Amino acid sequence: MSLMQISEPGMSPDPHQRRLAVGIDLGTTNSLVATVRHGIAEVIDDEQGRSLLPSIVHYRAGGGVDVGYEAGEQAAADARDTIVSVKRFMGRGLADATRVKTPYRFVDAPGMVRIRTRAGDKSPVEVSAEILAVLRERAQAALGGELVGAVITVPAYFDDAQRQATKDAAKLAGLNVLRLINEPTAAAVAYGLDNAAEGLYAVYDLGGGTFDISILRLTKGVFEVIATGGDSALGGDDFDRRIVEWALRETGVAPAGDGTALDAAIDAGVVTPGDLRAMMVEARRCKEHLTDEPVATFSVQLSDTTRVRLPVTRERFDELTRDLLERTLLATRRAMRDAQLRVSEIKGAVLVGGSTRMPQVRRAVAELFGKPPLVDLDPDKVVALGAAVQANLLAGNRSADDEWLLLDVIPLSLGIETMGGLVERLIPRNSTIPVARAQEFTTFRDGQTAMAIHVVQGERELVADCRSLARFELRGIPPMAAGAARIRVTFQVDADGLLSVSAREQSSGVEASIAVKPSYGLSDEEIASMLKSSFAAAGDDMRMRALREQQVEADRLLEAMRAALAADGDLLPPPERAAIDELVERLAKARAGDDVGAIRGALDALSRGTDAFAARRMDRSIAQALTGRSLDDVGL
Amino acid sequence: MSVLSRNHFELFGLPVRFEIDTAALDAAYRGVQGAVHPDRHAGGTAADRRVAMQLATHANEAYRTLRDPARRGAYLCALAGVDVEFESNTAMPAQFLMQQIEWREALDDARAARSAAGLQALREGLEEARDALLARLARAIDADGDYVEAAGDLRQMMFLDRFSAEIDDAEERLLEA
Repeated sequence: MSLMQISEPGMSPDPHQRRLAVGIDLGTTNSLVATVRHGIAEVIDDEQGRSLLPSIVHYRAGGGVDVGYEAGEQAAADARDTIVSVKRFMGRGLADATRVKTPYRFVDAPGMVRIRTRAGDKSPVEVSAEILAVLRERAQAALGGELVGAVITVPAYFDDAQRQATKDAAKLAGLNVLRLINEPTAAAVAYGLDNAAEGLYAVYDLGGGTFDISILRLTKGVFEVIATGGDSALGGDDFDRRIVEWALRETGVAPAGDGTALDAAIDAGVVTPGDLRAMMVEARRCKEHLTDEPVATFSVQLSDTTRVRLPVTRERFDELTRDLLERTLLATRRAMRDAQLRVSEIKGAVLVGGSTRMPQVRRAVAELFGKPPLVDLDPDKVVALGAAVQANLLAGNRSADDEWLLLDVIPLSLGIETMGGLVERLIPRNSTIPVARAQEFTTFRDGQTAMAIHVVQGERELVADCRSLARFELRGIPPMAAGAARIRVTFQVDADGLLSVSAREQSSGVEASIAVKPSYGLSDEEIASMLKSSFAAAGDDMRMRALREQQVEADRLLEAMRAALAADGDLLPPPERAAIDELVERLAKARAGDDVGAIRGALDALSRGTDAFAARRMDRSIAQALTGRSLDDVGL
Repeated sequence: MSVLSRNHFELFGLPVRFEIDTAALDAAYRGVQGAVHPDRHAGGTAADRRVAMQLATHANEAYRTLRDPARRGAYLCALAGVDVEFESNTAMPAQFLMQQIEWREALDDARAARSAAGLQALREGLEEARDALLARLARAIDADGDYVEAAGDLRQMMFLDRFSAEIDDAEERLLEA
């Protein structure tokens, strides 16, 4: 069970066969990449020995891009073209992006906002992809080979749009996404495996821009999320901002206005985008200083040579940020209620995220749970380490120790719009994924032949108060009297927490379906064209790359098929076995050639031809799982 | 017999009854997910992954149904060919309706007074009524096999669960304030 255990000789695959996989924590402030080497999860450092990569992207004046520390050095001097905390804009529209002042010039675009840079209008997905690409290269250089794939972490409270955007960014960075997993769940895996923990745990995860609370039950290697909650726009950045606003008010730099001190100062031109960035950096420094010291000095020289300088005490900082902290506690109490648990039942509260270093946070969590929080893990690294362990497992490097399993939930309810702008909830929050739910709707006009389906996410009763995920139409319904058509709408949420929706008129069989994406994210075409241009830039041949990918996929399937036939071949009567052998043969032949289309065709044929076999094998493994359990129960 | 054609009790290797051993259900659920979850088949064929997603979805639904007494009861009625008519049948015994009216008034009072203690007292009364209903359901289904009687009790249970959700909401308001 132990994460830190070195594998037994012979247990782990031969190093040459070991599939290289990584876990990536794509954070608001910092990002990390980790992997499992010799049975131990470890963060991969850069060449200078630094673990963290600041999540900062700078578009250079002369062309080219800096990512990380180098980009951070430009943050104040070249604020508009240095994108900080891009995670806050993932899957978000203009209204959300401009809710707080930033140095950026935002451009409205369908679904997701764009940021105007000297390198053109950039989607937050593209900016994030720059960060991920650096981490991918770092990992490949350290591990000495191509990655099979990556597990990317997302805040548990991320909605469908934010998750899809993250997955798109990974694809754009040339990563094969093995799974998106929730940050607190990843942390629980790292903590739980490391400490052989059993029982109920709360993971309180306050990052740079997001807050999550997850309540988990750990039972014999099963990590079951019971409830999750949070705020995907609340993090350390907001605490920093409070210091900046206070400093501007106190020193009288900001003119009196209706809005916040910061908004007023920026609108009046007293504070430039560069000043804003410099003050945010200084506020963060003060915040960090206050973790160990009772007082810090906030000191920034503005571009008009005004110096803003004043002492900030820990008490003052606590007072300035009390309501932010209270918001996290409210979400925590709500998650506890959703889980139908009392705080006394929680065995331990695990703190994750750099912002949990703030003393007031530790104190508040200790008070709420009535016990000191668990802080023996590095709050910056634990998420990436958990993701690495999961990636290792999903890539197929399973050892005998790895009999653990994650059962996670969706954070927000999913529903569709009904008459009068009301939401009909199909899947409630905290449903364990994967999950599917269907409901029937009907037409309200005689002869109605089309029906608009509007998919929303959120807890409120009115559509207007929820987040719109997608709209699509079911057309070709045969004309019938009002109320006669039976339209069955099915929601399916997969193991990544991503939704797809289909609708079917029951009497005619007319169908429509949608992966809930094009209305806010990037279309597949957009991603394909971005990928194409990035390959062109890297001098890669698209065709060769496609061939290589199909060959890798063919090898993977052939290997999995051989293993399946060896283990469960007895489930197949001879004619079925012969049919499968023929499909395997066909794929092996296509694989040896260089016709991408032929390989793809053979892959599809084999995968379709083995559905029934897969179902029978799964039956057998369920039977074995249940028998194994009853044997355990009688102590055999 | 394929997984999807088994009933939920058979899926988890449990007897088809209203009163169940929830610890055994929890353990069986974890066992089944351990066998079918997509994470366990990430390296499998495309068919494996498709089937894994389908069966893991099914196992989650089956577990949710059996874990909750009202859903479990309705499922047992459905297996016996009796529709509980949650939406269409609103006939209730007079005494039950009287009780509902009293509770609603008490809830309004507790809300107006912002009384956490009032809400707590209501919840306790509700839990008591719920326990009595559960005992009646167990008798109707497991001892008497009277699913029509059980359906009536389940409709009452649904009222209680809705009322419980309203108490939750009221508590939430208090928390937020």
